[in-house]
Amino acid sequence: MKINERFYPILATLAVLALLYGYGIFEHRAFSDTYVLGALLTDNAFLIITAVGMTFVILSGGIDLSVGSMIAFIGVLMAELVTGFGMHPLMAALISLIVGAAFGAFMGVIIAKFDIQPFIITLAGMFFLRGVCFLINLDSVPIDHPFVAAFSGFKVQLPGRGWLTASALLMLATVIGGVVIAHYTRFGRNVYAIGGDRHSAELLGIPVHSTIIRVYTLSGFFSALSGVVFAFYTASAYPLAAVGVELDAIAAVVIGGTLLTGGMGFVMGTFFGGIIMGVIQTLIAFDGSLNSWWTKIMIGALLFGFIVLQRLITRSFSGMRAGAT
Amino acid sequence: MSNSALSANDADTVLSVRGAGKFFPGVKALQDVDFDLKRGEIHALLGENGAGKSTLIKVITGVHPRDAGAVLLDGAEIHPQHPGDAQGLGISTVYQEVNLVPTLSVAENLMLERQTRKFGLISWKKTEADAKAALDTLGLDIDVNRPLGSYSVAIQQLVAIARAVALDARVLILDEPTASLDGEEIQTLFRIMRELRGKGLGIVFVTHFLDQVYAVTDRITVLRNGRLVGTFVTKDLLQIDLINHMLGRELAEVSAHRHQDEGSYSGPKRSIQVKNLGKKRVLEPVSLDLNAGEIVGLAGLLGSGRTELSELIFGTQKADSGLVFLDGEPVMLRSPRHAIRAGFGLCPEDRKQDGIVAELSVRENIVLALQGRRGWLRPIPRAEQQQFADDMIRALGIATPDSEKPVGQLSGGNQQKVILARWLVSKPILLILDEPTRGIDVGAHADIIKLIKELCDEGLALLVASSELEEIVAFADRVAVMRDREKVSELVGAEITQTRIIEAIAR
Repeated sequence: MKINERFYPILATLAVLALLYGYGIFEHRAFSDTYVLGALLTDNAFLIITAVGMTFVILSGGIDLSVGSMIAFIGVLMAELVTGFGMHPLMAALISLIVGAAFGAFMGVIIAKFDIQPFIITLAGMFFLRGVCFLINLDSVPIDHPFVAAFSGFKVQLPGRGWLTASALLMLATVIGGVVIAHYTRFGRNVYAIGGDRHSAELLGIPVHSTIIRVYTLSGFFSALSGVVFAFYTASAYPLAAVGVELDAIAAVVIGGTLLTGGMGFVMGTFFGGIIMGVIQTLIAFDGSLNSWWTKIMIGALLFGFIVLQRLITRSFSGMRAGAT
Repeated sequence: MSNSALSANDADTVLSVRGAGKFFPGVKALQDVDFDLKRGEIHALLGENGAGKSTLIKVITGVHPRDAGAVLLDGAEIHPQHPGDAQGLGISTVYQEVNLVPTLSVAENLMLERQTRKFGLISWKKTEADAKAALDTLGLDIDVNRPLGSYSVAIQQLVAIARAVALDARVLILDEPTASLDGEEIQTLFRIMRELRGKGLGIVFVTHFLDQVYAVTDRITVLRNGRLVGTFVTKDLLQIDLINHMLGRELAEVSAHRHQDEGSYSGPKRSIQVKNLGKKRVLEPVSLDLNAGEIVGLAGLLGSGRTELSELIFGTQKADSGLVFLDGEPVMLRSPRHAIRAGFGLCPEDRKQDGIVAELSVRENIVLALQGRRGWLRPIPRAEQQQFADDMIRALGIATPDSEKPVGQLSGGNQQKVILARWLVSKPILLILDEPTRGIDVGAHADIIKLIKELCDEGLALLVASSELEEIVAFADRVAVMRDREKVSELVGAEITQTRIIEAIAR
């Protein structure tokens, strides 16, 4: 049976992951321990949560550069609400999620209604939110609350020496939620349609504007959630936190096999993409002799590979369209 | 509201357009057009480029709001705001460039926004079964899980039709559906069209293949220059009359052409010989001589190979056979840059897309080709540029307050003059004009024609492709007639009449 061409990129992602993980187990015996897996899921939780939101944005053919600043902003906001106003962290988290989604919706409205490049609007959002961080707080501040301590202390034991933290569990829930939204709702399918061919989607009667607004709302929501997890996990807030995370998230999405031009990809792929980035980091840490910048070099090389692969797949499509007699 | 017009439709009519008008700045794209589509008929909509076919369809489907007239579906006036609206009302359109999403699966394309849901979530099993059922009605058996883009255009088009039918369309508009299909695929499409007609659908069929019109349609409506020429019963209309309706403004023969003697130009005799220039599936090999001081007209219906020949000579498309000789020497034409270096110029059919650079000023647009010919390492001094621009604005009568105005803000006629000016300053040997008067108002029209004649008298070789026969008759010294991507005839001097050209096209 012929494998559906839609699965080529995610199969490549899985192959890369298997290769890297296999190499890790082969080189370092400790790599096979669930301790490594647990640490991977925890350390990359906030990145993958953001990247799930980013997946929707990229699937729709857009980009969201504001997510890194959003994470920092939500952290600072949480610190202010919890430490400054004495609010319960869960209440603060709820407010943060609403603020994040609202800000995403605001950017989405501008992008959709005024038909402006998402790149430039979310770039503005990125500067804006980063600036607002410093307006609220200039320094790193701790978030002191028993609930936060309980959150970071929470563990589910895995077989072996590893465990799952609350961050990792939240991340896994987010991934499952993302998969359901992407594949089992009309909104999710409309996102794919718009990314595949916006003009056609419009002619097919898809509500393009409202879908785009909802995409950026979702991205705002997920990056805010990521900010909440980050704040709970580190139990502190810092205006300069998560600089460049937007680019890491985009890299995770692309390595996960989602087409940068939109229309094709899987939320599950993004999860694997994020894990691949974590595995590379872990491998370099295990090695000990390599500079940590090698992570960037490896990720860069992977990105090159995946972008070329995407191009080859899409070219086979358009080629069939134009070349048919 | 004129009630007499509204009550004009009878029970058989599913779609009725009354006095439709659409105006764009400077252009009347559609004027007072009536169009009736009956239940269970296939109705051809014909006309050359710019005749108003697309505009009429866009007015019917709500892409453009209409500026005048009424559109009635089953006797009730409709005002669709966008194609989705029209679709909801039962008017579905299938375009040549299939408007589905290639990256989505066939099933998804069929079922977008209509997926079966259980507990708010999509049930893929049921959705795929529905998609299969929709394709079954057309006798199409394909794997609905594969991406649409992995299938041929023919299949994609059938999927688009299946979607339209599944949406309970009452009116199906097929816009050039056969342009990229092969013979067998076309027969399949025709079979499906006939079946749908049998089910009572009204089908509008836009095409430029006249044999297909005769093969499958019941009635024909011809548009020309945004106006209705008439609606005819297909089997009562001779092909030659049809072509006459499409191309000839009036049947009365005007014999106002140049009959220029050889003597009016006495400069050096440059000559360009096109020998067996062709490209597979684009143009059969064509031979044609183009001489200094002579205007050669290129006549033919849309899709006959007019534009393709121009593009091959200019190197926009690469020929795979034949050569072009300039004064006996072969010219390398691998790209437009080579053609420009050789002294060729092309004013393309689609000014906005291929001709002007709308954001640049009149001056910058005018020096563009000359700069290209000199090479970018030898910039033209600003004062010299200014001189060129001012000379041309005066010589061609370009209506612009100054040479620094962005070209995009000028009218169509003036944009065309700027493109002409661009080639004139680079002193070309051969100038190819593709539909030079398209979308230009009447006054500027005459100006452009006059200019073309003057250019010729100055010793340019001119090749002018046009769908306006009286225009070609008025200025051409020789006419090459194209049909089915082939040169079928060459007319000289007194032979050049509208009748002879139409005969050559229809033969």
